[in-house]
Parts: sequence; C-alpha cells; structure tokens
Amino acid sequence: MLHYLEKDLKSSTVAPRTVIENVSRRGFLGGALTASGFVLAISTVPASAREALKTYPHGGQGMPHGVVHDPKIFIAITDKGDVTIVTHRSEMGTGIRTSLPLVVADEMEADWKRVKLEQAPGDEPKYGNQDTDGSRSMRHFIQPMRQCGAAMRQMLEQAAAAQWKCDLADVKAELHEVVNTKTGKKLGYGELAKAAMALPVPAVETIKVKKESEFRYMRKGEAKIYDLHDITTGKAIYGADIRLPGMKYAVMARPPVVGGKIKSVKSDATKKVPGVEAVFEFAGPDAPPYKFATVGGVAVVANSTYAALKGREALEVEWDHGANAVYDTDTYTKAMYETAKKPGKVIRNQGDVDKAFAEAKDTFVGEYHQAHMAQAPMEPLVAVARIVDGKVEVWAPVQSPYGARKDIAEALKVPIENVTVHVTLLGGGFGRKSKWDWMLEAVRISEKLNGAPVKLQWSREDDIQHSFYHTTSVERIEMALDDKGKVTGWRHCTVAPSIVSTFAPDSGHQFNIEYGMGFVDMPFEIPNIRCENGEAKAHARIGWFRSVSNLPRAFAVQSAVAELAHKLGRDPKDMLLELLGSDRIIDPKASGFPEDFWNYGEPYPEFPINVARLKGVVNLAADKAGWGKKLPKGEGMGIAVHRAFASYVASVVHVKIDADGTIRVPEVTSAIDCGFYVNPERIRSQMEGAAVMGMSAAAYSAITFKGGAVEQSNYADFQVATMANFPKKVNVVIADPKPENHAGGVGEPGVPPFAPAFANAIFVASGQRLRSMPTGDKLKV
Amino acid sequence: MPTFTVNGESRQFDGDGDMPLLWYLRDELGLTGSKFGCGAGVCGACTAHLDGEAIRTCVTPVSAAEGKKVVTIEGLDANGDHPVQKAWRELSVPQCGFCQCGQIMQAAALLTRNQAPSDDEITAEMSGNICRCGCYERIHSAVRLAAGGV
Repeated sequence: MLHYLEKDLKSSTVAPRTVIENVSRRGFLGGALTASGFVLAISTVPASAREALKTYPHGGQGMPHGVVHDPKIFIAITDKGDVTIVTHRSEMGTGIRTSLPLVVADEMEADWKRVKLEQAPGDEPKYGNQDTDGSRSMRHFIQPMRQCGAAMRQMLEQAAAAQWKCDLADVKAELHEVVNTKTGKKLGYGELAKAAMALPVPAVETIKVKKESEFRYMRKGEAKIYDLHDITTGKAIYGADIRLPGMKYAVMARPPVVGGKIKSVKSDATKKVPGVEAVFEFAGPDAPPYKFATVGGVAVVANSTYAALKGREALEVEWDHGANAVYDTDTYTKAMYETAKKPGKVIRNQGDVDKAFAEAKDTFVGEYHQAHMAQAPMEPLVAVARIVDGKVEVWAPVQSPYGARKDIAEALKVPIENVTVHVTLLGGGFGRKSKWDWMLEAVRISEKLNGAPVKLQWSREDDIQHSFYHTTSVERIEMALDDKGKVTGWRHCTVAPSIVSTFAPDSGHQFNIEYGMGFVDMPFEIPNIRCENGEAKAHARIGWFRSVSNLPRAFAVQSAVAELAHKLGRDPKDMLLELLGSDRIIDPKASGFPEDFWNYGEPYPEFPINVARLKGVVNLAADKAGWGKKLPKGEGMGIAVHRAFASYVASVVHVKIDADGTIRVPEVTSAIDCGFYVNPERIRSQMEGAAVMGMSAAAYSAITFKGGAVEQSNYADFQVATMANFPKKVNVVIADPKPENHAGGVGEPGVPPFAPAFANAIFVASGQRLRSMPTGDKLKV
Repeated sequence: MPTFTVNGESRQFDGDGDMPLLWYLRDELGLTGSKFGCGAGVCGACTAHLDGEAIRTCVTPVSAAEGKKVVTIEGLDANGDHPVQKAWRELSVPQCGFCQCGQIMQAAALLTRNQAPSDDEITAEMSGNICRCGCYERIHSAVRLAAGGV
C-alpha cells in the first residue's frame, strides 16, 4: 500500500491523530543538519539581496523519509562548470521535474543554460519522500530546495574567499561565477567546484535565501520545461520507450471482475501464434483487501508486442468471477440515493442541526451524483524488468518509485538494496501511477523467465478495465432556512465506496482523508452543521483520481449554493460570499470538526482554512470574467470556489447552448491562490488542463459496472473531452502571495470548481439543473 | 514482401503484413516517437505520415505501406525544427508530452494540405487527437502560429 497511508489508516481506526501532533515537528530541519558544526560568516554578505531562511513546519517532514536538502545529494558540479541537479519527483505533466531544480539553480545562482537534470531512482532514504501525488511536490520541497541551493551558493562563495584569502564580505556569487567585488576578479563555478564540495554544508540557521526582488528564475515563468525539445522531436523517453538487449514482450489477460480467479485456460492456439514463446498463469490475492497486488491472470510472452497481443486474443480463459460479480451500477446508484436520505455516521457536528430543521421556515434539498471514472492517462501502464544475479532492475513511469521498490523487494523476497527502480517520464498519471500493480506483474514475469528482460505492456482496454477507480458517490445536501432566507442548518450526507477498502477490511465507511476533502472542511458560516457518512461497500478497487473526493464535494456544495440563490432570487456570487461569511480562520474544534481532521497532511496553524482567501479568489475570478455582464439568450455564467491541497481556486465558467442543445464552453476564468509560487507559466498550464479535465469529468467520463465487470473498454466509450468540445479559452489569475501563505498545491486544486461552475452556468443558460455527472454535452431541446 | 521507405530509408518487411505499422516502427526499428495510446485508432498518439497523409499507425497494417513513404516524428525535420515543432516550443504546449508527437504529426499533415486553415478547420483536423492533460487551447494556438511558417 502507499506507505504514507499506513499511519492515516491506523489513526482513523485506532487512535485519532490530533491536529496538534503535526505541529510539534519544528526543529526537524535543524536537527537534520546538526552534523555540520560549520558556521559561515554570512552576516557580511550584502544584506539587500538575502534574508534568513524562515523555516516552518509542513507535512513533508512527516512523510516517510521526510525531506532532504543536502546540496551534496542534489547537486554535482564538474571542473568545467557543468551543473547537474537531481530531480527526485516524478514528471507526469505538472512541470515539477523542471520547477524544483529551477529553485535550486536560482538560489545557487547557477546559469540554467548550464544545468542538466538527473532523474533520481526510487531512493527515499537518500532524497526524501518521492510519492508524487497529493499536489505535494512544491508544497513540501520548496523550502528544502531553496535551502539546498542557498547552501551551495554559500559554499561556492566560501571556497572563493578562501582561494583569494579575502573577506567573505567581498565576494558574491552571480550567474555561475563568484566575483570579488573589491578586485573585480572572477572564479567560475567549475574552478570552485572541488573546494566548495569539500566544505561542510552550512547549518540551517546560517542559510540566507534570496529576497523576491533577486529571483532570477522563480516567479518569472520564462524557463521552458527541460524536456520540451525532446518531447517535440520524439526523443523523450517514457516507460514503453525503454529497450533492453534480448528484451521479451508480455501482455496479460486479467480477471474481468476484481477478485475473480482462473477456472481453466486453453492456450494451445496462443502457443501457435508465431512469436509467442511462453504462457504463464498467476494466481491473484485470495481475498480483499487487494492493495496494490497483482490481480492474477494469464501472461503471454513473445518476441514482439504484436505477437503477445495476438497470443492473448487466442487465449480461452474461463473465469470464476467471485463475490464482486454482484456489482451493478444501476442498482448500486439507486441504493446510494436511498442511503443518503437516512441518518449516517456523524463525522462533523456543530450546533444543533435537528433543532435548526425543526424550527426552519423553509428547507432545501439537493442530491448530487458522480459516476466512477478511470484516470486513463494517455500512456497506458508499462514496465520493463530484469533480474541479473539476484539484482532486480525495473524501469517504469511511476509516481511512487520507492513504495514500488519496497513491494517488489518483498514480493521477490530480495533485500531492498538489490532492487533498483528507474523512473522514466510519465505519459500522464492522475493517480493511476501512484499504484504499482503492473510493476509487480513485470518482475514476476521476468522471474518466470529466469530474469530475462521483459516489457509488460498494458493495452488501453486493460487500463480502462483494471484501474483503481475514482469513487462513485451520492452527496445529499439539506439546508434549513429562517424567515429571512438565512441558512440556519446544513446537513450533508456523503455516500461513496471508500479508498480504504483497497487497503483494509471494508467497513463501508470512508476515512479521514476522504472526509477532509471538501466535506467536513466545508467553510460556510452557518451556525448548525452536521456531516454524515452513509454506508457503501466497495465492489471494485477504489483509488486516487486527480483531486479525489474534492470532485463530488465541490460539485454538490457549490451547485447547492447556486440552487439556493435561485430559490431566494439572489445573485449566485453574492449568495456564495454571504455563505462564506466573515473573513476568518476557521477554528476546527469550535466548528465541530472530527478529532482526526485531515488537513492534507499539513499542520493546521501553518495551513489553516482562511475564508478571506476563498473570498479573494471568488472576487478575482468574477472581476476578471466580467461577472454580471449581460449575455445573449442561451448563454450563462456559473461560479464555484473550493479549497483543496492547501490552495484556493475559484472558477467562472461561461456556457453557450447551441440550437441543437450542445453545451459549449467558450471561456473559463480561474483564479488560484496557492501561496508562495515558483513557476507561473506551469501554474497556468495546470489550470488550463484542469478546466479540460474538469469538463471531461463533468460532461463525459463514466465507468459503469455490470456483473462486476467494467462496461467500457477504450476512449470510444470511456469518453474524455477532445478538441471537438472543450473549454476554448482559459484565463488564469494567480493571486499575489502573502508572506505568511506557504506554497500550496497546484496540480489538483484547479479541477474541482469546474463541474459546479459548469452546471451552474448551464442552469443560467437553459433553466435546466444537472445534478448527475457526467451530464453529457447535449441538453434536451 | 512490402517495400517502403521510413524517414527516407528503404525498408523491406518480411513478417506478418497484418502487423500494425506502429509495432514495426517501435519494436523493430526503435522509432519510439510514435506512441501506443489506444490500439484502436481513437486517440491519435501513434500518428505518422503515409505519403504525407496523417494515419493512425496502430490500426494501419504494415502491408498498407507497400510502395509508400512513411514519415515519423523522427523524420519530420532533420533538426526537429519543422514550423509545427517550433510553434509547439514557442507556446510551451506540452504538459506530460506523451500525445504531442501524434498531435504534431497531425498538425503538420494539415498544414501541408491547407496552409491557411480556419479555426474550425483546425478544430476538425485535431479533434481525433486526445490530450488527457488538456493542452487543447495551446495546441490550437500553436497550429495557428505554425500556419504562418509552413
């Protein structure tokens, strides 16, 4: 399982982890560096350009293997001055492979043109946590990487001062060389490399980072992503592009229903396919939870991908579908709607909701549904594996290379030192590649081949039918209103099969991570609030999908606001601002949040829910979009705001309905407040992409089950937005960061506000209220 | 035995003529710029040119290349400086980048045929190429930018 989850699962079922525990980690950074007793006479460096590194506690310190900031781990400089920076997070399209090294280069005053990147293999004890998900890379590594780059710069300056035998105050690092400000002499980084690297790493309290005015690359957005040329010329290496001498090609037939088993296999025809060399059967796990284990099935090994695929087509497998064959989407969805009407397990309780409803002059009820989805990244899963002299080597596009490495070592019963996981570029991930089931398949096949190199390729059908699916859900929201139309009570019942079921015996209930995603952290200033969870047992593997439970929660909460506005004859944006209420930091305890409230793994005092920031992005987006302007008939704007992954995003979606009922989106305006930020150009691209993925989820994408098996098989029936209909123009506003607002997430928070803003706009344009995702892209006319 | 050229080089293929061109390019020639995305001709990640026309190599049998010219992303321009490639870089189109070779090959074929496509023509031409990261706005803009330079 995802190793960082172990703690949360335990805390959720055994001893609730309190918010306070997370905060008590101050000093971690300093502690990691006390080995170095070296103190640099930094006070003599020109004060205008630099300021003391302000450390703050963050969730990265509590992740497995925490954070590492040692320049000797991350930076290498040759005697010619070529700089290599190690990039240890996985690149799946966010630009992080470029953005974090850019931070290091900026702080160390390296010339980006002379920087090469090296992708780290899965090695968390060395590099710190590598789980590239949860929009955590910048949030957790901005500070360590600034520290790392600044420390390197100080070491280079120190080396130069030593060589010149001059005062440290008289030297200054500037664009790949150190200058003696008195004599005008210069020493290149190459000339200083050896001496600088021999110095001890400066202690954290002596580190001076740049002031914003001195940033060379941060905040500029001028550096292109490192792999841009390779990507546009076909040279970029993704998982399937790894080729080893003598490599075999494999595909697998897997049980159509998760938990199913092989009854019988006829492989005579397969073995006759030219190029097919071997057929192996693998048993799946005996019983749930399935975790990230292989599901079992039949592997076909051949001398080409084509032969392997043809061999698989010729297989005749009879399956015992097992207990999950009962899974039927229609029946299950109806049951979820019923469950949501009944009292559920109370997760948040503030005030007296029953009294509020008993005294209400009017009420509102809204039921919102979302279908399962597959992440369906453009690159299907693939891994290359070989075993030589007991040493296992795997190449894969994986979001969590160290978690994979641990499980591979365990599965093959070899010491972890004997396993190497190389990380290629990822052709998209969206959560699917933070699991590593397919990598385990690849190493097991290589094992059967006595360690021969083998590429295991998943087809698109495999990907659509054997995912860890985004959950399906019904979110029911009830509001109590007084005689002035004020909301006095809020009841939200969430019903959805939980990610927990993939890792632990399924209680039918969700856990603190899912509750923390737009459910218990609902920010409205309403006196009486109760959040309940109804039972829903899983019959499929449930997993992460970009922004996870935030998708259905933002859809429900933000649709309900616009519905209420309509009922009361109010402007939806004014209604939203009124419900958000006064500028304040929400007090989780006073607001009835659960003891184990999950704040994206961040210490609450450092990353609190700040209502002013929510309102700030609402106003930024609305102003930029021209909220309130008169639109032609058949057009409309909708607005939504959501906090996720410690960032705040509001979106205004402009919808235009064609004469034939086709829903078009000519424009989206999104405002993001992600605190301290580095690469505005990549933030914009993430927000553009988030609108498109938001539209896929809102209008197109659904996975449905019948007899326990997925009914869709490829992009023809699992639909995503294409250029035929997508948000044509996405305007992005990035809020100016306040010094106290630490870096938040960027990859995921842009997605959740799209669907509700889209549905709210459709209502304005057409009078039709859509409460079930996907809505389709055509209205009845 | 099909005979054809790939990026200007003569090739003879003596295997199963039903094999999709994609696997020949990737597994046998090591030209990995053409990507496997769907295997059904519905995503466009595998797009290359057959006598200048954009084709889905994942559903085009090798035998269909008989006597024709196959051009992949690796052969689009010797220096990788085709106007479409340059426009892609100018506008920083890619996110994960996996679909982009197919997108670029699709756009290059369009601009060879139609040097001044309308916005709708660009949309129609590019609608079969899926980008799950959602780079469509920049893809559209880059095709428009490249149109000046083809």
